[in-house]
Amino acid sequence: MKPDKHRPTVGIFKFASCDGCQLTLLDCEDDLLAVAGAVDIRYFPEASRNIGKGPFDIAFVEGSITTHHDADRIQQIRRQARILIALGACATAGGIQALRNWHDSGEYVRQVYAKPDYISTLKTSTPVAEHVPIDYELRGCPVQKTHFLEIVCALLTGRRPQLPSASLCIECKRKGNTCLLVASSEPCLGPATQAGCGAICPAMGRACYGCFGPHENANAPALAKRFREDGMSEPDLQRAFRTYNAWAWQFRKASEEVET
Amino acid sequence: MKPAAPPVAAQSGQAHAGSARVTVETIARIEGEGALHVRLKGERIQDLRLEIPEPPRLFEAFLRGRRAEEAVDITARICGICPVAYQMSAAHAIERAWGIAIDPQVRALRRLLYCAEWIESHALHIYFLHAPDFLGYQDAFEMAAKYRPEVERALRLKKLGNTIMRVLGGREIHPVSLRVGGFHHVPSKRDLQPLLEELKWGLEAACETARLVNTFPFPNFQLDYEFVALWHPDEYPLNEGRIASSLGLDLDVEAFEEHFLEQHVRHSNALHSVLRERGSYHVGPLARFNLNCGKLPPRAREVARECGLEPPVRNPFRSIVVRAVELAFACEESLRLIGGYEPPARPCAPYQRRAGTGVAATEAPRGLLFHRYTIDETGLILSSKIVPPTAQNLKRIEDDLWGYLPQILDAPVEEITWRAEQAIRNYDPCISCATHFLKVRVTHEE
Repeated sequence: MKPDKHRPTVGIFKFASCDGCQLTLLDCEDDLLAVAGAVDIRYFPEASRNIGKGPFDIAFVEGSITTHHDADRIQQIRRQARILIALGACATAGGIQALRNWHDSGEYVRQVYAKPDYISTLKTSTPVAEHVPIDYELRGCPVQKTHFLEIVCALLTGRRPQLPSASLCIECKRKGNTCLLVASSEPCLGPATQAGCGAICPAMGRACYGCFGPHENANAPALAKRFREDGMSEPDLQRAFRTYNAWAWQFRKASEEVET
Repeated sequence: MKPAAPPVAAQSGQAHAGSARVTVETIARIEGEGALHVRLKGERIQDLRLEIPEPPRLFEAFLRGRRAEEAVDITARICGICPVAYQMSAAHAIERAWGIAIDPQVRALRRLLYCAEWIESHALHIYFLHAPDFLGYQDAFEMAAKYRPEVERALRLKKLGNTIMRVLGGREIHPVSLRVGGFHHVPSKRDLQPLLEELKWGLEAACETARLVNTFPFPNFQLDYEFVALWHPDEYPLNEGRIASSLGLDLDVEAFEEHFLEQHVRHSNALHSVLRERGSYHVGPLARFNLNCGKLPPRAREVARECGLEPPVRNPFRSIVVRAVELAFACEESLRLIGGYEPPARPCAPYQRRAGTGVAATEAPRGLLFHRYTIDETGLILSSKIVPPTAQNLKRIEDDLWGYLPQILDAPVEEITWRAEQAIRNYDPCISCATHFLKVRVTHEE
């Protein structure tokens, strides 16, 4: 994107999600008005009645694809977007609602709704990248506002965004936290999880639960082996990998290798 | 500050003759996505439907077989705007099932965490989602051109809530410190001290906010609602209390499901809640204020009086003023809680998992949030029920529109549309919660 040519047009789209990642954008309190001035926000229904049309220079997509309608809609958005950025665990990995992918989703609907035939939903919850090519992803449940600001600044100035790709352990060590896995055999997902949150759970003495999803070279099955050695039961092991990024392939692999 | 002319008056709307259809395909400035369809014939509403196309995420289904402790973090993912509400209702319900007693300082800290969410959520709704309707702007970004200091005040208030959230919970959205039995980690007194100065500013800013929004033009509209909220003998309700209503309901939370019913209607992926005997009811700031205003601390009570709020407040458009009073309450209460805080001896009470059922209701920023969990002897969830505030208000919102729209049907379609949206936003609806919403369509029939 060439700087200074024009203010890039931005759209913020929602699929199945909790709205938390979009809210993270509004949570950039100190920088919000500056960002809103540097780009041309054409579509952001959570914040504005101005419902503009594409094409968009940048489309931020929150949420996973769970309905036929949404499967079509993501194709339309991709066609209108120069750069498409998946925003948060639902968009990058299918989110917590991807737990249906291992179950009979019809039965799930019957559990929740009195009249299941009123409900139209796909059998699976899948990340955006299973439907259309994406350009960038911001990890996390929810995303970090510093990462959002970084990607916006990078795109505005025409450089590559610098986003974390190492394991959470790197961030945790830098903070000087005591290692929960080594020192107290807590089932910490940190070694398999992508950095970016600031290691907030270990800083509170709580094992990482993997809300940023697996990092690129994560060996989740090896971590599962370690948990097993520390006495974790097979169902608990499966649950540990099946949360907000359950459908990310590394976590999926670890959870499917569990003997049940 | 003078409010601008009422919204849309400046827009050129096509005058209608005979019949029309009002459609808002995407109702903006709400959390999640919804749509409103109104079919008009002459001066009469033929049909009115608040559609909730937000995809279902089926939380109650996949909670089965999870550890009860996990419900605290999993249900937070129902809503990124009010995750603390979900965490609190879940933790309290499970603690009730397992008979866990909570240390008074842990309770105080939970109340502080909840206040933080109220501050963030109320500041967002008042200034970013609702005020633009009264001032005639499409959004807060547009509003900032003329109302820069006010929008900056909103951002600073939001940031205040978020800062408390980060100190207590590690991050603003889906905080990580709360757990069944207490907290994973509690702050020291020194961690909380730096919040005091900003909270003192926040209290003043919240009072300013109430005075500002009280000058907005309010449609002359009020209804005889049945207000439902938690009621507590000593305090403005957040985490605990009995369920009370303006028509005399006074229930232990256990009895919630005997009196309240969820209905499934075709046009909505969110269930509609009704009172078994009497139909739709109203939860949220108006309900809380009308049932509990005597429990407000002095400054919040004073600003409520200054704004002329006398219970029962029955004009739903004035909810924005009540929300500002609650914003002041949340700041004032935070100051009190921090002033009296001593770190608990144990951040988390020890407990035994056992079979049982536990329920809890807490006051989310948008109103009463009910959770029920049935747990087996190993601590796994057998079944659950979650009734979010927006699901309880959905039927009420439709009923409000049936009552309100006839007052404005001689206006151009564009104006009817905007006014309908404004009336919906009175409830700060959160569609992500409700489906665990908004587009407006008004159609005139020939």
